[in-house]
Amino acid sequence: MKNIVIQLETLSCPTCAAKIEGALKKTAGVKNPSVLFNTSRVKLSYDEQVIGLEGVKGVISKLGYGSLSVRETP
Amino acid sequence: MKKPSKKTLVIIVSVLVGISYILHKTIGYHPVTVGVMAVSTAIAGGPILRRALAALRYRIEGIDALVSIAVIGALIIGEYWEAAAVTFLFMIGDYLESRTLEKTRSSLKSLMDLAPETARVRLDGVERTLSAHELEKGMVLVIKPGERIAADAMVLEGSAYVDQASITGEPIPVLKESGERIFSGTIITSGYLVVEATEVGESTTFAKILHLVEEAQDAKAPTQKFIERFSRYYTPAIIVLALVTYLISRDVHMALTLLVIACPGALVISVPVSIVAAIGSSAKNGILVKGGEVIEKLSRIQAAAFDKTGTLTEGRPSVVSVHAYGLSEEELLRIAMIGETYSEHPLATAIAKEGAKRGIVTNELPEKPEHIQGKGIRFTLGGESYYIGNRALFEQNGIGLALSLKDIESEEHERRTVVIVGTSVQVIGLIAIADKLREEAFGVIRELKRLGIKKSVMFTGDSRGTAETVAHCLNLDEFRYELLPEHKVEAVKELQKNYGSVAFIGDGINDAPSLATADVGIAIGAAGNDVAMETADVVLLGQKLGALVDAISISRMAVRNMKQNIFFAIGVAVVLLVGVLLGGVTLSVGMLVHEMSVLLVIINATRILRFAKRKKYTIV
Repeated sequence: MKNIVIQLETLSCPTCAAKIEGALKKTAGVKNPSVLFNTSRVKLSYDEQVIGLEGVKGVISKLGYGSLSVRETP
Repeated sequence: MKKPSKKTLVIIVSVLVGISYILHKTIGYHPVTVGVMAVSTAIAGGPILRRALAALRYRIEGIDALVSIAVIGALIIGEYWEAAAVTFLFMIGDYLESRTLEKTRSSLKSLMDLAPETARVRLDGVERTLSAHELEKGMVLVIKPGERIAADAMVLEGSAYVDQASITGEPIPVLKESGERIFSGTIITSGYLVVEATEVGESTTFAKILHLVEEAQDAKAPTQKFIERFSRYYTPAIIVLALVTYLISRDVHMALTLLVIACPGALVISVPVSIVAAIGSSAKNGILVKGGEVIEKLSRIQAAAFDKTGTLTEGRPSVVSVHAYGLSEEELLRIAMIGETYSEHPLATAIAKEGAKRGIVTNELPEKPEHIQGKGIRFTLGGESYYIGNRALFEQNGIGLALSLKDIESEEHERRTVVIVGTSVQVIGLIAIADKLREEAFGVIRELKRLGIKKSVMFTGDSRGTAETVAHCLNLDEFRYELLPEHKVEAVKELQKNYGSVAFIGDGINDAPSLATADVGIAIGAAGNDVAMETADVVLLGQKLGALVDAISISRMAVRNMKQNIFFAIGVAVVLLVGVLLGGVTLSVGMLVHEMSVLLVIINATRILRFAKRKKYTIV
């Protein structure tokens, strides 16, 4: 399991945040996603055996939101 | 090909919609008109449709899906102009919203941009530039004017004026000299410093503040949770209403319009924008507020409990008055400073500080200094013997106090510590020392009353007499004395029982349990005090108690702003709904009003950022 924080492009509506969070919740291998509207960040942990970092970013980009940077957290 | 920027797309679509409008008004739905409208709709609507489809794969319905259905519906029934207008409005609305949103977040962003990226390090006598994350504890940094300090550090040599606004919100630079601590993220305005790094990277005070502020922005206020729950039911309800409307009236246009207004955009954004603006505005004033819930609670505080030492007082003894008999006050202080050269007693420090403040410089050393346990010191200077100490010292040496007795007693009555200075035959002066009240304390208590706080109470471990004097001086409503830390917690609970919502204000030393127990725990001057920064709900980063009044004022302003936004958003939603059902609102008008209301809500929130300019009080 890896914990990461992804910095997204500016989120302009709280429903976008809810949408991304909903999609990540339904993605296999992603645990405890939470999308922070004001900071435009996603916090989550993912299982590398099931889904890679690119897979996680893919889910977000398919919804139409770009990822700017990724930071690992303990 | 490089993807065109959002801005370029907005401009292209604006032009196309403009042309469409003119064509529509002149030649009507000519194939050319329809063609231009179709291109415009495709450019603006393409991304919307793509997002909608992606979301549907995860079975999430959102505004994208609703708008897509409405636009496709409009195209099917031949309302090409409506389709073009709706996609255009949605696109430009989204663009303008993210631009204004950035403004509400701007003061926080500017705070984060303060994190220094490089540092000049002296390694083996050679200066090298390292990036901030390569720094290690114990490295020696060299900092020049205009440069930002990249680590928490101790000054080794040099002296400089340092602008600490990023940490304390205090705009006036302070002088830092050897032996003093400086914070990462602060700037040297003039001078030159060589420092040793004591904390680097994530463990600096600045990094911790940033982290807390980041977390705070998205800590949801109870109101926000309520609105999110509300909108979860509102959207499906309007979709059902749209279906029912279509089934009853067979009016496709009306049903589609309902879909466009089904997302209460202004409502869901109303709380988070006010919160982020309030947190940003607070941060700019040196106040760290940990989230929306704290803001709501702070705005409702009924009683304030203050710790005395370090909160209402400065927390360190300082000279409050000087009596000199037959010589100048400066001369008296100079003699005392020389005598106390080797002493590290807090009273000696207070005297040295007072001397420095008055510009007294002395390099002379005391001859034959002698420490008299529990009483004071004796030394010789220029052939004359001097005594500095308490009454017992003078009584023991048979030096008469008669001349100064009245002054001694009146100072003691004020609960001050009196340091007596004399020669072997007579008293030449008195230096009264006390833990001074903060200059702004009186004004703060007065402003709290004006803000409608019902009780201002002081807690102290001191005796009744001292407590009474301070309480009287500051015009406090109540005071509790001889309290141990656990008693303070009990006292907080008692206030909560009597007044409901209670704030506790302490310096974070020995009072963490009270900070945690109170509805809102407020720590003053806590930059660098990790426990206090963690425990408190609100951290006043600088040494200014006046920031407490700012914090409460900003929180009230934010809650007021939130309420305005919510009422406005609900009002607009109701008007739109009625308007659509009565038939006066078309697809594009519905979209226009929707987007305008979201924008207005965001713009209203940016007013919180101008707090400092609107402040109506001053505290000295």
